[in-house]
Amino acid sequence: MSRPEDSLAADVHYDDTEARKYTTSSRIQNIQASMTRRALELLDLKAPSLILDIGCGSGLSGEILSAVDPADGGPHTWIGMDVSPSMLDIALQRDVEGDLMLADIGQGVPFRAGSFDAAISISAIQWLCSAESSETSPTGRLNRFFNGLYASLRRGGRAVCQFYPKNDTQRNMITQAAVKAGFGAGLLEDDPGTKNVKLYLVLTVGNNDNEGGNTDITGVVSGMDNVDVLDARKRLKANNTQIKKGSKAWIVKKKEQMERKGKIVKATSKYTGRKRRIQF
Amino acid sequence: MKVLSLNFLTCAVKACKSSSDSYPLHPQDAELVQDEIELNPDMLINVLPRLDWTALRTTSSELGFPALPEQAPTAEELQADEKMIRDLHHLLLETQISEGKLVCANCGHQYAVKEGIANFLLPSHLV
Repeated sequence: MSRPEDSLAADVHYDDTEARKYTTSSRIQNIQASMTRRALELLDLKAPSLILDIGCGSGLSGEILSAVDPADGGPHTWIGMDVSPSMLDIALQRDVEGDLMLADIGQGVPFRAGSFDAAISISAIQWLCSAESSETSPTGRLNRFFNGLYASLRRGGRAVCQFYPKNDTQRNMITQAAVKAGFGAGLLEDDPGTKNVKLYLVLTVGNNDNEGGNTDITGVVSGMDNVDVLDARKRLKANNTQIKKGSKAWIVKKKEQMERKGKIVKATSKYTGRKRRIQF
Repeated sequence: MKVLSLNFLTCAVKACKSSSDSYPLHPQDAELVQDEIELNPDMLINVLPRLDWTALRTTSSELGFPALPEQAPTAEELQADEKMIRDLHHLLLETQISEGKLVCANCGHQYAVKEGIANFLLPSHLV
């Protein structure tokens, strides 16, 4: 499948015709709806909340946020950001309930600290990986976005971003930017290995109290079935205890190092590293 | 642009991040429209502690609303007072700025609002 991200900027790609096509296609509507419901499930909101919709487009995902049943903790109030005026125009025509604003997420998130309970983003953040002018770089845009998002979420807040990375490099670039901003980050993969694979970046602010062991730092999948947790965080090596310089253990270690390099090393014996006897 | 969103928005210009004047943004030449939105008291009570009450007082007086009480009501007060919750709902959610400008008091940047959508796109030298 062709990737529009490769050729054009988001606001240029989604012109009036493309935005209309996107919004009226029942296939896209279904996929977007199911992804939004999955993201809501991961957010696990108990009470009506204030949600930021990043890359809200024509409000396909927002509609679902407004329509959450009161029994499930809804309906939520949302504020949507998008860079494409044509998409927002269609959102206006569809008369969505949320508040809309025209903004580029790569320029940051202009909300004061601790504004939102949660953030949701459906098929948007891969657009940050392409810079349309020489003045901006993908990493710079990603960092500005994640820093802004981190600040605008309240402590204990969560963000779920579904995205389509082009390759593993892009995927790592996005997750690393999120971790660098301070989020507890996890990637959830639905239907792995199939054509319909969906990738969700789950981000949490603060309260990562379940440290230690092979656990999920974000804590969203606890109690879910059929989920394998892979912990890719770097661990401190267990045998990282300092060896005293000049001790026997240190000498043996050095000798092993030299041997590995292919140098000729004297055999280790009971005299290795011993002090010479005092001579008169 | 709802008044609720305005209470959370700051100036997007990078140089304004450190200045306290960049919040709140001041509406200018604002045309208001009223929308019927279903009352959601739980959501208001949830958002209440995060509202910046002084900023909300400034905004509401700039938009020509009757003066708000000096202190923010507590969650219990709000829950008990049906009229206050309706007034707050009317101000925060039902009132929308459809046309006009939002101005930053620090850098003077004007964010245009058209058909209820504020334009926060910045020229690259301000990012």
